[in-house]
Amino acid sequence: MSPSRRDFIKGVAAGSLAAGMARAGANKRFDGYPGRFGLLHDSTLCVGCRSCEFACNEVNQLPPPAAPIADQKIFEKVRGPTDKGYTVVNRYRKAQGNKPAVYRKHQCMHCNEPCCASVCFVNAFTKTPEGPVLYDPNVCVGCRYCVFACPYYALAYEYDDPATPRVVRCTMCYPLIKKGRNPACADACPTGAIRFGKREDLIKVARERIRKYPERYINYVFGEHDYGGTSWLTLVGLPLEQVGLPSELPYEPLPDLTTHFLSLAPIVAAIFPGLLAGFYAFTKRREAVSEQKHRQQLDDEKTRALAELEQKLIEAARLAERDKERAVERARRIAGSQTTELKPTEKKEDSQ
Amino acid sequence: MIAPAENRGGLFTPFNIITGLILVFGGAIVVLRFAYGLGYATNLTHTTTWGLWTGFKLVFVALAASGYALTTAVYIFGMHEYHPLVRPAVLSGFMGYTLFVLILIFDLGRAWRIYYPFLVRPGVTSALFEIALCVALYYTTQFVELTPVGFEWLGWKRWRKVVVGVTVGLTVFGLFLSMLHQSTLGALFLSVPGKLHPLWYSPYIPLHFFISSAVGGISMVILVGLICKRVWGHKMEISREKLDQLTIGLGKGGAIALAIYFAVKVVDISLANKWHYLATGWGAWYLVEVLGFVLLPCLLFAYGHREKLPRLIRFTALLTVLGVILNRLNVSIVAYNWKFAIEQRYFPYWMEYVVVIFLITLGVVVFRWVAQRMPLLYDHPSYKGSH
Repeated sequence: MSPSRRDFIKGVAAGSLAAGMARAGANKRFDGYPGRFGLLHDSTLCVGCRSCEFACNEVNQLPPPAAPIADQKIFEKVRGPTDKGYTVVNRYRKAQGNKPAVYRKHQCMHCNEPCCASVCFVNAFTKTPEGPVLYDPNVCVGCRYCVFACPYYALAYEYDDPATPRVVRCTMCYPLIKKGRNPACADACPTGAIRFGKREDLIKVARERIRKYPERYINYVFGEHDYGGTSWLTLVGLPLEQVGLPSELPYEPLPDLTTHFLSLAPIVAAIFPGLLAGFYAFTKRREAVSEQKHRQQLDDEKTRALAELEQKLIEAARLAERDKERAVERARRIAGSQTTELKPTEKKEDSQ
Repeated sequence: MIAPAENRGGLFTPFNIITGLILVFGGAIVVLRFAYGLGYATNLTHTTTWGLWTGFKLVFVALAASGYALTTAVYIFGMHEYHPLVRPAVLSGFMGYTLFVLILIFDLGRAWRIYYPFLVRPGVTSALFEIALCVALYYTTQFVELTPVGFEWLGWKRWRKVVVGVTVGLTVFGLFLSMLHQSTLGALFLSVPGKLHPLWYSPYIPLHFFISSAVGGISMVILVGLICKRVWGHKMEISREKLDQLTIGLGKGGAIALAIYFAVKVVDISLANKWHYLATGWGAWYLVEVLGFVLLPCLLFAYGHREKLPRLIRFTALLTVLGVILNRLNVSIVAYNWKFAIEQRYFPYWMEYVVVIFLITLGVVVFRWVAQRMPLLYDHPSYKGSH
């Protein structure tokens, strides 16, 4: 049995018939473009210098971040990517005694199966074979479903632009990596906390670091499998939720949750018009049957009434006949007695 | 003047002055929103990009279910005694979708590209694509369902006959489209399991949305019937007693729909074993919604039906409509990003509220304009008993 066939049967067995069919249609499992790039952010090496922020703004032609590099006040609040800066470094723990401060860089993770791409109703997002997820502002309608759905809060919107607002985010410096160069943040990082390379190699590097320094890291490479995996991989020294990352994410890609439901629509489209027409026919039939019953009742009533009437008429005729006969009889009798009775009167008159 | 002339009392009635002011002021804010961008008129952030306007998109569509709820009952299931309420119910549904389309246009970053999903590059994996397609088709369907009202007014007998002839087809098409997009509006939230509070997030949320739309639709029919009788009693053909009877009947429908909705909610909490969340502050708020605005109206509808209390049923319909509004706002705003600290949370800007009030006023004014002129509440004398 070919793997695709096994996958198909597994899909059906899992109860998601439609999703299984979709996979069977594709006829093979897709584990992502081979040799695609990624970035490894080792947050234990990050010193919070925000050089990556400055490099990012420069390469994306944004004004430099408002707060200068030395400004420590910026860390008092946890920030997210905005339309003024596509990447941010946050501090999650202050330095205490010999425990160093904990920082983590945040930006678009470039998912293997990006939710932003699946929810876009004009297909504005593309997962490139090189790894970056790209966005096409030329078709964007501005519904912001992508911003709403992104599990990492990595997308920003240009709310202040009335004419050509765009969704903006890290592009993994796609133009630079196309030219064979590193993304700007990786080159700007003075401590080597950001490393660019092939994603599969970076996973090996990350695993190796955890193996070598188990006390330094939690045993987890964030982005390896979370929601189907991401291009950015993150190593952390604290539990995920303490550095602002979602924990216990499933392996299944996020888009699947919606796809399973939406795949029902064609089936509903196939069944419902007929089903409702059936209901209508059923209602009509009941109405027709009750109408017929009603009419039948009326007819029966009429027939019975007619029969009754006829019976009455016959009876009445019979009675009339009898009455007539009796009357004639009586008349005859009276007539007979009158002739006998009349005679003496005549005689009386005659005598007077 | 935007507000219509009254038959009695001239142009400057209190109603016209108040609605006129709201429409002018709200219209000005809409102009400002397009002139200066979404950031000027809203408090939307990069983390909460769907706010009050999106919340009311869901509300408008859910309460616009009055159209499919009543046409299905009358034309598919043969409950002909409700026929006098069909036209007001379909018009109020049509107005709901009109408000939805308008607030969508205000909320879209580049509304002038609204046809892109159909003509430029369809993104068929998106729940929003299905919603866009179904709403576009259903909006058209409802418009066609309403054209006989206009044709009777204009005296276009032949056109009227054509449309009335396909009533059942339109009803079937409308119900099918409604089932799809009412549930798919819930499916929008399937992709945010980490952001929406577990009490409101459910893999069955599309089903929750569909059932609660039926609940909202039935309640809206009750309220629209009442308002029409109150305001245009002299035009409304059916008597107060007859309307009370229909209201009592609708109360039964409401009780059944709410009972199903409540059962689905309980099953949802049980299946995912979310009981422990009920003991939290979020749980208390969830219980307010589900006990106060689902279970309570369900019992009140049932009681009102059994004891034949039309006034109680009308009050319960209002409670239910508020419950549907509460649910949609809870899902889209209150319980979204529930892990955020208070200073990170989104609170609507005053202009966002003004635009919502502006739109609701617009809906009322248009409904009133039609009801005063066209044969909405009575059979047109020339077509009596012919539909």
